[in-house]
Amino acid sequence: MPRRQWIHAWLLLLPAFVFLIAFTHYPAVQTLIDSFWSTPKGRRPAAFVGAGNYTRMMADPIFAKAMWNSAVYAALTIPTSIVLSLAMALFVQARFAGVALMRMAFFTPTVLPLIAVANIWLFFYAPGFGLIDQVRMFFGLGSANYVGQPATALYAVAAVTVWKEAGFFMIFYLAALQTIPLSLKEAAAIEGCSRLTFFRRVTLPLIMPTTLFVSVNATINAFRLVDHVFVMTRGGPDNASMLMLYYIFENGFRFWDTAYAAALTVVLVAILTLVGIGQFFAADRKVHYR
Amino acid sequence: MNLRAALFASIAFVGLAAPAQAIDLEFYFPVAVGGKPAETVQALTDAYMAANPDVKINAIYTGSYADTTTKAITAARGGNPPQLVISLSTDMYKFIDEELVESFDRFVTDAEKAEWIGGFYPSFMLNSQYEGETWGIPFQRSTPVLYWNKAAFADAGLDPEKGPANWTEMVEMGKKLTKKDASGNVSQWGVQIPSSGFPSWLWSGIVAGNGGKLQNDTGTEVFFNSPEAIGALEALVALSETDGVQAPGILDWGATPKAFFEGQAAMIWTTTGNLTNVRANAPFEFGVGMLPGLKQPGAPTGGGNFYLMKGSSDEELKAAVDFVKWATAPEQAAEWTIATGYVAPRPDVWESDKMKAYTADFPQALVARDQLEYAVAELSTFEGPRVTQLLNSALESAITLQKSPKEALDAAQAEAEAILAAYH
Repeated sequence: MPRRQWIHAWLLLLPAFVFLIAFTHYPAVQTLIDSFWSTPKGRRPAAFVGAGNYTRMMADPIFAKAMWNSAVYAALTIPTSIVLSLAMALFVQARFAGVALMRMAFFTPTVLPLIAVANIWLFFYAPGFGLIDQVRMFFGLGSANYVGQPATALYAVAAVTVWKEAGFFMIFYLAALQTIPLSLKEAAAIEGCSRLTFFRRVTLPLIMPTTLFVSVNATINAFRLVDHVFVMTRGGPDNASMLMLYYIFENGFRFWDTAYAAALTVVLVAILTLVGIGQFFAADRKVHYR
Repeated sequence: MNLRAALFASIAFVGLAAPAQAIDLEFYFPVAVGGKPAETVQALTDAYMAANPDVKINAIYTGSYADTTTKAITAARGGNPPQLVISLSTDMYKFIDEELVESFDRFVTDAEKAEWIGGFYPSFMLNSQYEGETWGIPFQRSTPVLYWNKAAFADAGLDPEKGPANWTEMVEMGKKLTKKDASGNVSQWGVQIPSSGFPSWLWSGIVAGNGGKLQNDTGTEVFFNSPEAIGALEALVALSETDGVQAPGILDWGATPKAFFEGQAAMIWTTTGNLTNVRANAPFEFGVGMLPGLKQPGAPTGGGNFYLMKGSSDEELKAAVDFVKWATAPEQAAEWTIATGYVAPRPDVWESDKMKAYTADFPQALVARDQLEYAVAELSTFEGPRVTQLLNSALESAITLQKSPKEALDAAQAEAEAILAAYH
């Protein structure tokens, strides 16, 4: 391209670059730098501590708990929300009486703000007069305190996440299912192929691009969505539901230990980068783009 | 050309001759109780602006206490601090450490210092003064109190007019009040002491009732594992474990009044700031009493103070102090107390006609004030949020039976000492 066109191209890209660098790359680099310094306080300026924050992190039992909890939480919410959203999409794909109402019901959690959802679920989980307890007592089971016991707090929080995002992913799967040519279904019917085999050998591979997209989103959400933790457990009975991003917020904006929070952020970003790259490489083989 | 010049000149003259700009103040306030405190704050601010037309106050609701502190510090660091913030009295050390607040002493005369600042209840000033200077002015202060369901008491054969006088009585009454249905499930618990989010507040009341003290007066030392503190935690855990009068596990703070209204718990411990909320919504007669102590009456103070943020001009800060003086004057403080149930922080407020009429009609409001005699300072140290959080985690681990009370508090003491070592 002639020189003038290059300059034009760069000038057109410049606004986007400015925002991208100002709000994404620059803060990331600044956080990395901050993680090697101590937290400035009033009179005391920041001092260079090298790997001090990282050694502290390795010895921090709450950090270990947060990492473990985040791993369990991700392992729970990602497959569950994908499978559930696919099941919901398959269910409302057909046309039957009331399908529009069902679709709306499945999608409603998505449009509600997560804080509102968390407050509603807090009252579902409330021991005694909560909805879940009332159902339990109707069936003769005792009262249960899901949010208030360390053994169940994390799962209670994960349930809210799955409930919130499954509807959103369902929309993508619905769209993908609509693009499967009807001729394939007819051909399969003629050949006497069972529904399960058709689903496994034809439908699943054809919606693989959507599955990749949904799984990347689910992974991001597993680390990003911590709003409900603020409302429901605040890190849970004795850090039972402490998640990485919540721990970062607590250190950064409640304790104002910004250097330690920066170090935690670097670790979280590194993990997410690895997971993201891994997902794309692993799935690339299996995805057929048309 | 001449006409245009004349026009511009006259506009310029008018502009220069305009009256002095109104003072713009920003005021962050949290809401931590049910009911309608946000509307009352707005009403108070509007009333002040009506009486003082050259001051404009923007009252901004900023969520919970923690959110408010976060927003205030963020705004201050961003170079755009509000002038006034209502934040926890225990955040004083945090604000001082970060050099974000001004002391009120700079803006009051000596006479005002004696009369205005000296006129607050001493228990509330415990968390408001440091090194002889006043950093916070009490506004929405509280102590926790015990609410009891008179109808449930009568049902269980107890005298509905008498609440428990001490811990032993509370447990005994609790046993009579705990009702089980045919399949062994409990339909009504005797007592509910909430433990979600910040169990340290109510627990420090139990410690005070056991004769213990949690911190020194300069915010540099804590005593989490004294025998009194361990005894207090053991008593709390025993309520669900051995006495069987409280539901097991962590009990939600926000859901406790609702549990009370639903008849889920016959006695609850919660802040007096919920008094108006309970009065409006309880479908039965209820009594209010001081916290029943193990050995003696004891309660923590709590709630929010006005803080004066650095970073504004002296003129703005003077106007802000003026507003604070007005808001804590008997007339306005009475209105605030009646609307919420928070404890009016000055004896002269209780003497005003408005309060006298209110308490004649509703004597339950006097309990929190009478309890001030036995009130102790709220847990407040340097690195306050971090130290309080690790105490909260330790209490949660004991309440959920992950650790024994002694183990949990010993560990918390060790961690807190490590953090506070830097401030000795």
